[in-house]
Amino acid sequence: MTAIGWFQIILFCAVIVALVKPLGWYMTRVFNGEATFLSPVLRPVERGFYWISGVDEGREQHWLTYTVSMLLFHVGGFLIIYGVMRLQAVLPFNPAEQAAVAQDLSFNTAVSFLTNTNWQNYGGESTLSYLVQMVGLTHQNFLSAATGIVLAVALIRGFARASMRTIGNFWVDVTRCTLYILLPICIVYSLFLVSQGMPQTLGPYVDATTLEGAKQTIAVGPVASQVAIKMLGTNGGGFFNANAAHPFENPTALSNFVQMLSIFVIGAALTNVFGRMVGNQRQGWAILAVMGVLFIAGVSICYWSEANGTTALQALGLTGGNMEGKEVRFGIVASSLFAVITTAASCGAVNAMHDSFTALGGMIPLINMQLGEIIVGGVGAGLYGMLLFVVLAIFVAGLMVGRTPEYVGKKIEAREVKMAMLAILVLPLMYLGWTAVAVVFPPAVASMANAGPHGFTEVLYAYTSSTGNNGSAFAGLTGNTFFYNLTLASAMFVGRFFMIIPAMAIAGSLAQKKSVPPSAGTFPTTGGLFVGLVVGVILIIGGLTFFPALALGPIVEHLAMNANTLF
Amino acid sequence: MLREIRPAIVLLLLLTAVTGLAYPLAITAIAGAIFPSQAQGSLIEKDGKVIGSALIGQEFKEDKYFHGRLSATVAPDPNDSSKTVPAPYNAANSGGSNLGPTSKALNDRIKEDVEKLKAENPSQPVPIDLVTTSGSGLDPDISPDAALFQVPRVAKARNLREAQVREIVEANTKGRFVGVLGEPRVNVLALNLALDAAAK
Repeated sequence: MTAIGWFQIILFCAVIVALVKPLGWYMTRVFNGEATFLSPVLRPVERGFYWISGVDEGREQHWLTYTVSMLLFHVGGFLIIYGVMRLQAVLPFNPAEQAAVAQDLSFNTAVSFLTNTNWQNYGGESTLSYLVQMVGLTHQNFLSAATGIVLAVALIRGFARASMRTIGNFWVDVTRCTLYILLPICIVYSLFLVSQGMPQTLGPYVDATTLEGAKQTIAVGPVASQVAIKMLGTNGGGFFNANAAHPFENPTALSNFVQMLSIFVIGAALTNVFGRMVGNQRQGWAILAVMGVLFIAGVSICYWSEANGTTALQALGLTGGNMEGKEVRFGIVASSLFAVITTAASCGAVNAMHDSFTALGGMIPLINMQLGEIIVGGVGAGLYGMLLFVVLAIFVAGLMVGRTPEYVGKKIEAREVKMAMLAILVLPLMYLGWTAVAVVFPPAVASMANAGPHGFTEVLYAYTSSTGNNGSAFAGLTGNTFFYNLTLASAMFVGRFFMIIPAMAIAGSLAQKKSVPPSAGTFPTTGGLFVGLVVGVILIIGGLTFFPALALGPIVEHLAMNANTLF
Repeated sequence: MLREIRPAIVLLLLLTAVTGLAYPLAITAIAGAIFPSQAQGSLIEKDGKVIGSALIGQEFKEDKYFHGRLSATVAPDPNDSSKTVPAPYNAANSGGSNLGPTSKALNDRIKEDVEKLKAENPSQPVPIDLVTTSGSGLDPDISPDAALFQVPRVAKARNLREAQVREIVEANTKGRFVGVLGEPRVNVLALNLALDAAAK
């Protein structure tokens, strides 16, 4: 570990904290339907969209209608992706002449982008046409991100409103989120990425003759426009197979730094939107503090472990940490930091191969996802995941003093706690359940690339990542098989919607409740005690749920590594 | 609920058209106008022929060239399309080795390479980036240490003084961005082009 390495980490945190307030302010205005500096240009477009699609801006929806609208929207999105993948051979923008994508892989990929997972069973440059990359993937990157954000906003409205039956209008929220937030940032951002060296062309792959006279076919494409939203929307599905490790998908140290910022910025700013909407920004900062504590702990362990390398490397006299699967321009620190960020958020882009991380270095991304990606989290999904834990923490605090718990003026009662528990328990059911099935099913075992405990970790990582809608991988696992395509898709589906629906039910039930003014007996939720309590609840629930599985994978591998046992 | 079906279809199509077609096509047009070289993939031409991209590593095996990092990329086996064969620096199918820390295959490979490099240059410690594969298999860079390590071999193959080669390495070494971000590095293709130019 080096001083300049730590400085990069601190700089990252400082920039994020500095961006939280201005972006939170802007996003609050967008979702409150107020005018912004972009309104003169965008407002007519927005109104045109409502007119053509028959949306009444003024009509708000009950939480059930809101959720059903979201689901209908997803059915349509699924059909578009599945359709263009199956038909890509006969559609335009296919200079590399890619054949139609197989049924199970198309199904897996469609579910994967729909749920904001972006698990890569496909190999971007070797499987997909430019049309699929644009109309299938780029477009769904926008819409699944917008959906996540607006669901979080709907839940916030549940906390902020009193005695109301509605939580907003899904169509209006999605349109405004896409037009006012995602699209303008992406336009500027993608041009910046091109300036750093990211290709943006519809031309065919380039044939080069290298200095030594060998042939090299260089895949290019409309990369920058997709990468901008892939990062900003915490989608993470790569244009190229190697994702953000590919020099075209992450050309410089600066592009890497900005990509890391863009993964976190919206999720972090949503805590501020929460604070503003419930009328006290300190409530938002308290939640960000919980995220910050868990984040710094994860980064420290991962950086330390990667910088140390492995016992076997040290025995050979190799210093400089574990560089297997990492790129020179990023080095140890930017690779470790990226790995923690991408799994803390539900991004899943990778700038180094997690499969080749040290046992403990690779365990941190796994833990981040198993906690439910609540450390900033996926755009929107992170905040509603974290609020579920807050509900539990408040409930636990209430039990300790024998008083009905309250949070930001709302009584937390049986219905909310049940819904929160449902969402929190369904995740381990998926990733532990499917892992258990896969490790006793011989064709699934055959997909492992590494022997010993590392092979087990590959499978556990795959189901954790898909349940958490992350999409990063211990990529040695051959996931493009019938078994994995279907089971991973089911984990992604349940992981997304069985989190969303209970969260929306909580939103609906909270919005109807009266607001209780704070009294002397109210537990203050803006201070250090609250932050400590939430961190504690997260770690206890997390630790009890997945510690046994970790013990079989990374922990035993770490012990084997120290004993110089190889597999 | 029925009245939500029309927006579900129409709004979806509108947003698809905007984000899936208008946005990427507009960015393609603008990027092509302001950053034409980058937008095409930062291609390097020599005598009218494309010899590679400044950002994409390529394989160097000859002694007179600096070597890049190991690459784990593969290509379909020409004899059996269900299998793959190693194809280092395959820029149409990026990827890493995905071997874990306790993998015997990985540790055997590293051990073998370390011994080879020690024989080549016993005077310096072996740099880690010369015996590990990169994440993309297309890493265009090596660390300054890894470049300096190869100076004796390259100087000998080219009949140059080591100091001369070392100077070219130093001229092609790039520091961290504004002294903070990333790591110092040497672009292997640029370095080898500079060597060839110096030889003329």
